[in-house]
Amino acid sequence: MRKLLLSSIIVIVAIVYIGRLSYLQLLDNTNKNPLDDTAIKAVYDYPERGYIYDRNGELLVANQPSYDVMVIPRDVKPLDTVEFCTLLNISKEDFSRKFEKAYTYSPRLPSVFVPQLSKKEYAILQEKMRKYEGFYIQKRSLRHYMTSVGANILGYISEVNDWDLKEYSYYQSGELIGRQGVEKQYEEVLRGRKGVKFIQKDRFNRVIGPYKEGIYDTLPVPGKDIELTIDNKLQAYGEKLMIHKRGGIVALDPKTGQILALITAPNYDPDLLVGRKRSKNYTELYYDSIAKPLYDRALNATYPPGSPFKTVNALIGLQEGVIDEQTTFTCYHGYRYGRNSFMGCHCPYGSVNNLDRGIYMSCNAYFANTYRRIIEKYPSAAEGMDAWQKHVESFGLGNYLGYDLPTGQSGKVPDEDYYNLVYGPKRWFATNTLSNAIGQGEVLTTPIQLANLTATIANRGYYFTPHIIKKIENDTIAHKFVEKHQTTVDPQYFEPVVEGMRDVYEKGTAQWIKIPDISMAGKTGTAENFTKINDKRVQLTDHSIFVAFAPVEDPKIAIAVFVENGYWGSRWAGRIAGLMIEKYIKGEITRTDMEEYVLNGSLEEEYAKPLSGKSFTINDGKFIKWPVKDTVNIKVPNNDKPIP
Amino acid sequence: MSNFLKKIDWLSILIYFFLVFIGWLNIYSASYSGETSSIFNTDAFYGKQLFFIGASLVLIILVLSVEAKFYERFSGVIYLISLLSLAGLFLFGKNVNGATSWYAMGGMTLQPSEFAKAATALALAKFLCDIQTDIHNIKDLFRAFVIISIPALLIIPQPDPGSALVYAAFFFVLYREGLPASYLLIGVFAVILFVSTLIYGTIWVFIGAAILLAITYFISKKRKKKVSVFKLILILITTCLFSYSVDFIYNNVFEQRHRDRFGLWLRLEKDPVKLEQIRKTIGYNTYQSESAIGSGGFIGKGFLEGTRTKGNFVPEQHTDYIFSTVGEEWGFIGSALVVVLFTLLILRLIIVAERQKSAFSRIYGYSVASIIFFHFAINIGMVIGLLPTVGIPLPFFSYGGSGLLGFTLLLFIFIKLDANRINEW
Repeated sequence: MRKLLLSSIIVIVAIVYIGRLSYLQLLDNTNKNPLDDTAIKAVYDYPERGYIYDRNGELLVANQPSYDVMVIPRDVKPLDTVEFCTLLNISKEDFSRKFEKAYTYSPRLPSVFVPQLSKKEYAILQEKMRKYEGFYIQKRSLRHYMTSVGANILGYISEVNDWDLKEYSYYQSGELIGRQGVEKQYEEVLRGRKGVKFIQKDRFNRVIGPYKEGIYDTLPVPGKDIELTIDNKLQAYGEKLMIHKRGGIVALDPKTGQILALITAPNYDPDLLVGRKRSKNYTELYYDSIAKPLYDRALNATYPPGSPFKTVNALIGLQEGVIDEQTTFTCYHGYRYGRNSFMGCHCPYGSVNNLDRGIYMSCNAYFANTYRRIIEKYPSAAEGMDAWQKHVESFGLGNYLGYDLPTGQSGKVPDEDYYNLVYGPKRWFATNTLSNAIGQGEVLTTPIQLANLTATIANRGYYFTPHIIKKIENDTIAHKFVEKHQTTVDPQYFEPVVEGMRDVYEKGTAQWIKIPDISMAGKTGTAENFTKINDKRVQLTDHSIFVAFAPVEDPKIAIAVFVENGYWGSRWAGRIAGLMIEKYIKGEITRTDMEEYVLNGSLEEEYAKPLSGKSFTINDGKFIKWPVKDTVNIKVPNNDKPIP
Repeated sequence: MSNFLKKIDWLSILIYFFLVFIGWLNIYSASYSGETSSIFNTDAFYGKQLFFIGASLVLIILVLSVEAKFYERFSGVIYLISLLSLAGLFLFGKNVNGATSWYAMGGMTLQPSEFAKAATALALAKFLCDIQTDIHNIKDLFRAFVIISIPALLIIPQPDPGSALVYAAFFFVLYREGLPASYLLIGVFAVILFVSTLIYGTIWVFIGAAILLAITYFISKKRKKKVSVFKLILILITTCLFSYSVDFIYNNVFEQRHRDRFGLWLRLEKDPVKLEQIRKTIGYNTYQSESAIGSGGFIGKGFLEGTRTKGNFVPEQHTDYIFSTVGEEWGFIGSALVVVLFTLLILRLIIVAERQKSAFSRIYGYSVASIIFFHFAINIGMVIGLLPTVGIPLPFFSYGGSGLLGFTLLLFIFIKLDANRINEW
């Protein structure tokens, strides 16, 4: 027995130790991935971000070097803080605060001390930097904007936030990611792929050498340059025209679906969101809740399309065979469709309108009749609605268009389910939905959808999905942008509608804003709109809407213009559309009278009305009484002293 | 001469050289700086260790050529010289890392405590093998304790409590030579009481002991056995006193770092967040060595490929924590092999010790096996996180001239004694 004690203990210990080893080395998986190893550090090599050009090869966005002052707190030796702070243009308190923050993060690792110095600051500092041990300057690359327009299209870049880090495994803290616009949409193309070097470190985080002689290392893939479909001159001109107005302009090349200009007003200079000033400026833009400069109205603003939508009903009527070119309806200064239901119109009482006149006079009664015939062609309103809705959607309305920009709205085209929900099944008729006839009902569109509708009419029946990308270096653009979308309306029915739109310029609502030597087709629109003041619905001045394309025979540009509270279609939107078309086709402006009107005009007074706190007038003098706030009983707490 | 070579226990020697070789490879890896230089570069640890291995070869030849009787006859003298060298440290010792355990001679340092183990083993063997010594006699037992304790008491104040702890290994030798089993039981009880006091506190230990003794009393009574209530109460009181003194010593005599080590080992901290915090600060060494070993996986990262070894994440890696390099670079296969090799060597030494005809050789051999076992069990247990941190080297593996020479001396004296077992004196 005595002989065996030590031997058995030895064997037991050996078994326990091997068991522990198998737990540590075979079962416990916390330390297995070599790249999660604390001893190995990945060092990234960032490729230069791709440049952005416009359709004519004009450079819009390039890169510029930027310099960050970095600090490794442990290496900092006593220094002349007063001089250093003066050089960096910071206060002594800032210095202590920044230093403490860096030290808390890590005494051994570098932190950004002062980010993004200007070139001038860098030049001064560079000479004296060696005096300050523990501080050094690190070069980074920032965006450099060669243009002051198109911020809504270009977007910007900023450091990744926590959400991005969770969502995309590619990014490490402190890296840059595209936000909004093209920078976001084509992030991967522009960004390229960072290279990585794995470096072996010791426990003090000092570099010893490459890990495994660099077998896991990768080389950076440079970002690709891209060319946009935007015509920068047209874009700049459009933004200039929209100064002191709010709204959006979308110009398309109907033959390809390329977006020639995408203007939202008010806009901002893209250079505001670069470098050290970015966060301050962004906050200012973000909190401007009245003008909303960060809100891309061209893509997001959703509103009833108004009269331009009449063209769609004309096309559907023709396709369904319920009207033809010769069909006439009589307008009784409006259209009565029930005992108390009357849709007003500005046509003289008793006018007899055919399709052409219906369009260029923008006769409400004509399209109310047409719409009713479309719906009532079918045994029930529900079936009629279903057929109508399918036609409308084939024009790219009521759903996201699928363009390559990261924001947008679907708009709305009501279907039978919608009305079943509102009125109950089989309890509604064409007349309940009659405002769809003139684009004032449940139909909602965005400016880009309206522009696409115009392009479809210009093409006599088809469209290409609007897109902003023209060319990617060594790559092709997405296939969906070269696919033709055919509408459900046959091409031959488009000609009468196009004629009607041409006559809008020749003898209709836009005859005063015609551009010489260009054959144009257009349609005015005026949309009622409301806001809430003190929780009460208040009508504001109508929105001004205009769609047009030119030349009629061989369309090169299709445009939709939307000006908030611009009274009526031809007043602002019509003029702007004409000027844009002339600028694009001729490259110069002959209607300088129109240009002067637009450039000198301002709607700021209009926008101030609902904020004024006083009663105001809208449109042609309609009086709007300032709504009184509902009185709310405020309880006075018992322990309060009575007011003497 | 050829006759002598046939009588040598080649298996032990083979394992010895194997362990020394593997040990050196790992020291090379742990101290390898990346640039290629000669393995004889004595500025680096691996170069120095190679020099010590050479010195060990000389020592082996020297030890084997000395008459076997020399060790028995001069054991007393050797023991005295050893004690003097330990005592001399208080006057001439060199302080390294807070411990005065070294003599500095020229560029070399010598740690006498590494040689004192062999000397003590010789002296104990000499004392116990004497026909007049009777281990059951309390006086002789006390004398044996004195022989073991003097070097330990000289080492503790250096301070080097780890090295002193190794002298507890002689307990196995005494037990083998007839120490009553009750001592063993008391020892085991003491350890259990120590640990449970730390975990549950004195009051619960008292309640637990009282319940256990009550159960013992009733069971014995049922079986119609006579039990002395007085004795049981005496045991209970002793238990309480011991438990209380453990509590007192732990809280008042131990330093905070000792308390931290025990606290971490027994997981006295219950909050998992705080525990993790303690693991990464106070338990930094163990945490890093466990991580390094764990990262090795089944087959390891390969020689010189250990990222944590290269990054010097594990402190003292070439000395006390050398086993973590084995774990990281050679994986489960390598580290399990090392455990098996040590086990084989120790078992082999016990077998060899048991076949000795002379009591002196047997007792000495048993001492060698016990000491190597103690070092092995405590060192690896610490590195793999099973035992609290105690700074003692892994025999034949850890970097250090005194350590390697001391273990070589310890082992080869026994090889010599064993080779001489046939032609007894």
